[in-house]
Amino acid sequence: MHWTINGQRYEAEPDIRTTLLDLAREHLGLTGSKKGCDHGQCGSCTMLVNGRRINSCLSLAVMHQDDEITTIEGLGQPDNLHPMQAAFVSHDGYQCGYCTPGQICSAVGMLDEVKKGFPSWVSDDLSSPSLNDQEIGERMSGNLCRCAAYPNIVDAIAEVAGLSEDQRQTSQKVSG
Amino acid sequence: MFGLGDKNSSNSLVMNTAHPDSLLDKGAQDVIGKPISRIDGPLKVSGHAAYAAEYGLANVAYGFLVGSTVGKGKITELHAEVAREVPGVIDVVVDYKTFLRNSQQGGEKKAPTQGVENVDYVGEPVAIVIAETYEAARDAAERVRLAVEYQEQEGRYSFNAYREEAKKPPYNNIPSHYDQGDVEKALAEAPVTLDRTYTTPSQNSAAMEPHASIASWDDDGRLTLYASLQMLSSDRQQLADALGLKLDKVRLVARYVGGGFGSKLGIAPESVAAAIAAKKLGRPVKVVMARQQVFEATVRRSNTEQRIRLGANADGTLTAIAHETICSNLPGEGYFEPAGQSTHFMYGGKNRLITHDLVELDWMLSGSMRAPGEAVGMLALETAMDELAETLGMDPIELRRRNDPDKDPEKNVPYSSRMLTQCMDKGAELFGWSERREALGDRRGDWFHGIGMAGAGRSNILMKSAAKVTVDGQGHAIVETDMTDIGTGTYTILAQIAAEMLGLPIEDVTVHLGDTDAPPGAGSGGSWGATSSGSSVYLACEALQKQIADKMGVEVGAMTLKDGRVIAENRSVPLAELVGDGINATGQVAPGLQAKLTTQASYGAHFAEVAVNAITGETRVVRMLGVFAAGRILNEKTARSQCLGGMTFGIGAALTEEVVHDPRNGKVVNHDLAEYHVPVNADVPALEVHFLDERDVHANPIHAKGIGELGICGAGAAIANAINNAVGVRMRDYPLTLDKLLDQLPPV
Repeated sequence: MHWTINGQRYEAEPDIRTTLLDLAREHLGLTGSKKGCDHGQCGSCTMLVNGRRINSCLSLAVMHQDDEITTIEGLGQPDNLHPMQAAFVSHDGYQCGYCTPGQICSAVGMLDEVKKGFPSWVSDDLSSPSLNDQEIGERMSGNLCRCAAYPNIVDAIAEVAGLSEDQRQTSQKVSG
Repeated sequence: MFGLGDKNSSNSLVMNTAHPDSLLDKGAQDVIGKPISRIDGPLKVSGHAAYAAEYGLANVAYGFLVGSTVGKGKITELHAEVAREVPGVIDVVVDYKTFLRNSQQGGEKKAPTQGVENVDYVGEPVAIVIAETYEAARDAAERVRLAVEYQEQEGRYSFNAYREEAKKPPYNNIPSHYDQGDVEKALAEAPVTLDRTYTTPSQNSAAMEPHASIASWDDDGRLTLYASLQMLSSDRQQLADALGLKLDKVRLVARYVGGGFGSKLGIAPESVAAAIAAKKLGRPVKVVMARQQVFEATVRRSNTEQRIRLGANADGTLTAIAHETICSNLPGEGYFEPAGQSTHFMYGGKNRLITHDLVELDWMLSGSMRAPGEAVGMLALETAMDELAETLGMDPIELRRRNDPDKDPEKNVPYSSRMLTQCMDKGAELFGWSERREALGDRRGDWFHGIGMAGAGRSNILMKSAAKVTVDGQGHAIVETDMTDIGTGTYTILAQIAAEMLGLPIEDVTVHLGDTDAPPGAGSGGSWGATSSGSSVYLACEALQKQIADKMGVEVGAMTLKDGRVIAENRSVPLAELVGDGINATGQVAPGLQAKLTTQASYGAHFAEVAVNAITGETRVVRMLGVFAAGRILNEKTARSQCLGGMTFGIGAALTEEVVHDPRNGKVVNHDLAEYHVPVNADVPALEVHFLDERDVHANPIHAKGIGELGICGAGAAIANAINNAVGVRMRDYPLTLDKLLDQLPPV
């Protein structure tokens, strides 16, 4: 079997039950994507598949042979960070760092969803949602962070999204 | 104080006397305290920081633990043969005697309870399946799990059913019982009294990285275990003891740890299982606990029942404090949740009774979780203080101010430093406390708003800790210790201390952590990491300063170290030039008399605004603000993050977190992250953190106090008090979920 990950072709013969996450971690040496629950409950394993964020622990590797897969290693490297990675560093959008690759992949995918007009539960305008802190918090709630860097994660994403202070504070209603 | 040599030296300090002058205040580099971004950041955000299960050892086999299906019983038959039906299975390793029944508590030198033939809780790991692939190991382990036969025994699975049998446990960090004066008499005579009982459920640390071990033996019979652990020095002793090995035959490596929050203080069952299997197979074995196994077979924070009685004069002065607590643990485990820990020193009052009793239950082990004691103790104490203020018709800040003692009310010794009232006053001003209204007085649409506050206090602890610092021939510094960074910022603050002391840009300091081949550090726990490990680095650098001064031919005090240069007597020499092939020194700090001569703690004040839905009873935290005083802040950015994390744990404890035990067998019913509700991004508003300037000369030579757990202490109580201010409903059974509130809301 073969995969295209971060623009590179990989070949392996994993068990048919191997998830995309375990393929990366256990067969290809790409351990940047993390396993926190193996049940799609924590988001640590988030990867971008054809540009969309997915929980890679909930998807079988065999299903993704024709897809373009991006993991945290493909976004940027320690000496050449992606703007989202750099923003997480400068805003301290992490502590232990374990959920962080998932948070960053999720944030990159999320900004693209907003750009494409995907609404969320807290969107005032379903046809043309705009980003603010509340939208970021809502859309990033599939990525748990037990160290609880949430306010810093929101700061990092807002900076990358280029939001002004006024834009960030729009629609700060209490919401269920 | 120094043992000086030319090339290396050691410098140790026992904190017997105050240490009024810190060299950190004399540094010229100006990096200490600064909000420097984590030096390990680029590795973490790019996925290049290697956690326990991510060391690519050749020929590794996969292990999957088999957990028991009964709560109490004895294994009569373990049908290992069912595993062999699964292609790729190598072995089923069973070692009833050596396998760990449960995790070890933090800092213990001995193995935790061993022996798994007799089962004491659902999920107890009884065997391990080893296979060529993770998928085969998991599949076979499930088959074996369902094929183990037990002779079941009657178990004790209900706290309420056995709470009357609670017994006084032995001393454990604090005395289990403390009695001063005559509480009953004082309560009988007090003009104002309060008698309330609060309950908190079992909780789980739920660190994002599951417990994991890769075990590898070399030809000399030395074990290397790559693991996710907080306190390597004592973990190494525990593992050696469990396996019957000499200490030098065990090496632990934990360079990056994906959170711990207490759950990784001691070794967990997967460590010994991996080691035994690897030995038997003659190849490395990797065992990662499934999330469900983390919930079932590592450690929980105990549930608690806490009765608080307060007696006060009409002016609010406390005359009596009684805080009587009950918690639970497995039979034979002496650890109790020290819920009354901060009650000993938070407030004045002549007559005092603080007790901890323990109920034996056949639930999984209970042990330390972030701020053991205070985290749940202050949910009760700080809510009780709010209730007393309400009874007195007094502002809750004023009540606390009037009971802010000038010395420890039990030990009759001074506080090393204490800024509780200053934290409350600053917080009140920043938060807008004066705008607080009566309950039900602030309705906005469907939401009642309310604000509440609570005090925060967390004991400060110094632990024995050592580090080696080298200045190499290029003039770069290297820090080495087996201390860990579990997200706390250890890498960065140790680099800042070395950079300040040696006059180096932070980029010229490298920190190596998490390897027991390095000098033994304090480990991460109890908020002691930064202060203990930081002091050891400070002491090593102090010795290096002396060596540098000698080489320069000047007194230490006459020398300035800055930007990699040594400046004295109108000379400026590159450090690299001066040190030749390099110099090194070891620093070691240990607690001493100061811990007895002063009462040491960090303090703070929490303020919360909540909105409670008038129709559904749902509570949302709208904003939160904390003001903290914890001695010198070593890095304003990472310290703030520690407080954000603690406050968010407080939100979880107040509103959502609860481990549910099945009353039929003690099983953790909600054993995953979909059912155990840790706060998510949308649950946490923008949190504000402020620090007060403080130095603690009694604590350690760097004048800092612990901060990792301070943020959780009292945070949940501020939320509970805000709910009461919003809707006039006092809930005393945490978490404060809408079902406990709904029937007390005004009619819709």
